[in-house]
Amino acid sequence: MRTNRLAATAAAILATTLLTACSGGSAEPSSPAAGSSAAPAAPVKLTYWSWVPNMDKIAAVWNQAHPGIQVTVSKQAGGDDAAAKFLTAAKAGNPPDLVQAEYQMLPSFVAADAVADIKAETAKVKGEFGEGIWGLVTLGTDAVYAVPQDSGPMMLYYRRDLFEKYGIEVPKTWEEYAQAARTVRKKDPKVFLGTFSSKDPGWFTGLAQQAGAQWWSISGDAWKVAIDDAATGKVAGYWGGLVKEGVIDSMPYFTPEWNKALNDGTLLTWPSAVWGPGVLSSNAPKGKGKWAVAPLPQWNAGESLSGFWGGSSTAVAAKSPNKAAAAEFADWLNTDPEALTALIKEGAIYPASTKGGALLTTTPDYFANQPDFWQQAAAIGATARGFTFGPDVNVTYNAYKDAFDKAVATKSDFTAAVRTMQDVTIADMRKSGFTLAQ
Amino acid sequence: MTAVTTLTRPEGHARAATRRPFGIAPTAVLVLGAIYTLFPVGWVVVAATKSKAELFSTPTFAPGTGLLSNLTDLFAYRDGVFWLWLLNTVVYAGGGAVLSTAVSTISGYTLAKYAFPGRDLIFNLLIGGILVPSVVLAIPQYLLFSEIGLADTYWAVLLPQILHPYGIYLARIYTQAAIPGSLLEAGRLDGAGEWRLFRQVALPMLTPGMVTIFLFQFVAIWNNFLLPFIMLGDDHKFPLTVGLYTLLAAGANQPSLYNLIITGTMLSLVPLIALFLTMQRYWRTDLSGGAVKS
Repeated sequence: MRTNRLAATAAAILATTLLTACSGGSAEPSSPAAGSSAAPAAPVKLTYWSWVPNMDKIAAVWNQAHPGIQVTVSKQAGGDDAAAKFLTAAKAGNPPDLVQAEYQMLPSFVAADAVADIKAETAKVKGEFGEGIWGLVTLGTDAVYAVPQDSGPMMLYYRRDLFEKYGIEVPKTWEEYAQAARTVRKKDPKVFLGTFSSKDPGWFTGLAQQAGAQWWSISGDAWKVAIDDAATGKVAGYWGGLVKEGVIDSMPYFTPEWNKALNDGTLLTWPSAVWGPGVLSSNAPKGKGKWAVAPLPQWNAGESLSGFWGGSSTAVAAKSPNKAAAAEFADWLNTDPEALTALIKEGAIYPASTKGGALLTTTPDYFANQPDFWQQAAAIGATARGFTFGPDVNVTYNAYKDAFDKAVATKSDFTAAVRTMQDVTIADMRKSGFTLAQ
Repeated sequence: MTAVTTLTRPEGHARAATRRPFGIAPTAVLVLGAIYTLFPVGWVVVAATKSKAELFSTPTFAPGTGLLSNLTDLFAYRDGVFWLWLLNTVVYAGGGAVLSTAVSTISGYTLAKYAFPGRDLIFNLLIGGILVPSVVLAIPQYLLFSEIGLADTYWAVLLPQILHPYGIYLARIYTQAAIPGSLLEAGRLDGAGEWRLFRQVALPMLTPGMVTIFLFQFVAIWNNFLLPFIMLGDDHKFPLTVGLYTLLAAGANQPSLYNLIITGTMLSLVPLIALFLTMQRYWRTDLSGGAVKS
């Protein structure tokens, strides 16, 4: 009896689950093109992997206006995993038509022949982007592999109220930043001016860019790797010295301890990118109205330079059967004023397009005390410089985490960690068959 | 007299000897084990009650005031996609576990009760299969499923979980212990066919073992991350594990939605706990049944 009942229940569960599965599979959103007579009988269907919040709503605006090209957004987990997943899908032959590609990952997509050259389709939007940003999607070649979407020029976030309390000026140079770090430690041993994160290679990359590093470059057919160049050595040596001295903390960003420190005022600055307000307002809600932004401290007094942390582009898969339609959507998404407005409002991103900056008018809530937030950001953004990324940035970034984890734990020489990054990167590129210039 | 004392002494020794090592120690070990397993669960439950501001600022085990707003936010996130992910997880775990239990039971029963050429070879291959972690297979499986056009479908997650070497192994061992060969022999003499023997004689006796396999598989699929992560591109087919991960890894320039993730994790524990509580009675027969029969 019992068995029969159990078996019956099991069978019932099975039947319902499978039914759900099958009906779920066919429940594709039906095309809203039904009403439009101009639409072709079968609209082109595109899939788009992205992790920008509310991207589906932005795509809906496009779908409404373009019955012939229907884009379905599939929200993915962001970061390195997304890149690995896209590369696997491309290799297996069923990638999405469009994919969000972080600038540092784009070269690995190109090296794997996973993204298409969309030079012809993007010629009309080239003028909408600054040269630095455009270089990130051409990789210094004649081809165009993506349309820039957002960028992350770096600036210094600081606790204005606590700076006043401890009597420190906003540092204009890194030398002043180091002095301020010492002052803070003297005034209150519980408080740190900043922290060095051995878990965020993108952050360190931005700081190295500010100092003028050029980690990769292409000459002819050969890659030149110079992660241990003088500029990077200077940045690493500087932070290594502060960590060794004990005036800078060494907890990584985006961890619960870090959130706590941001909240309770034991961490006073965060050299970060323009997307910082979102993170701060979510992870440190108590600090609302207390933070402000300033340009990054400079290496030489009187300079004004910055780097990039993060940012991504929209690429078209090489195996997409509808490359032209996909590129058209990518163009629209990243340059059309309506799309840009939606990206800013719904997606909370900082557009890479030069027009996009002007559309940012509402000061973030969190920075209500700094009404010129976006003007500041735009001014700083104009001073940011990037560099060409190599084809195996994920290897370099992992080497950063491993080497700097160790260097931070033992308080040893940070420049040695940079040399490790260089060696690991070269070894991997050699193994993967890239030609290296000496 | 001497005989009596020599008789009682060893007995007293034996009693003391059995009592001392097994006195409070097992209970203490179990209590430690319970704390070890329940501590993270307790943390999730407490953390789910904290609002954004409280999550990283109040003491770890101080209850917060944000449970209701966390729940509302989670259910409102992307128009309630959480429910869809929960339904998907039920489909994968429920469907997968039922199918896997069916396949395991039939295979295990066959391997245990019928002698046929190649039986040992098959069984040894299966044992070898237990040693291969399913994580290793995920990418080859993805390439195979892409080849036949099934990647990014419900089947891509369901099918690989149906054949479960450990389940078959369990079913075979359990069949050997629970069903005496003479019983089946008697059935055959009475004129029952093989299918009838399996359905009406073997199955009722195998129920506790099947429940065990079902629960093992259900929990394994419920918690599985890598397979659906690789197989699925469409976020409307994601199970909870992969879905909640998109909230965590929201990209470098977006904050992680810790509150929603923790609340979602807490809710995703509820069905598992409910399942264990309701299936427990079948499992209890398993333990006692095994004790008597072996």
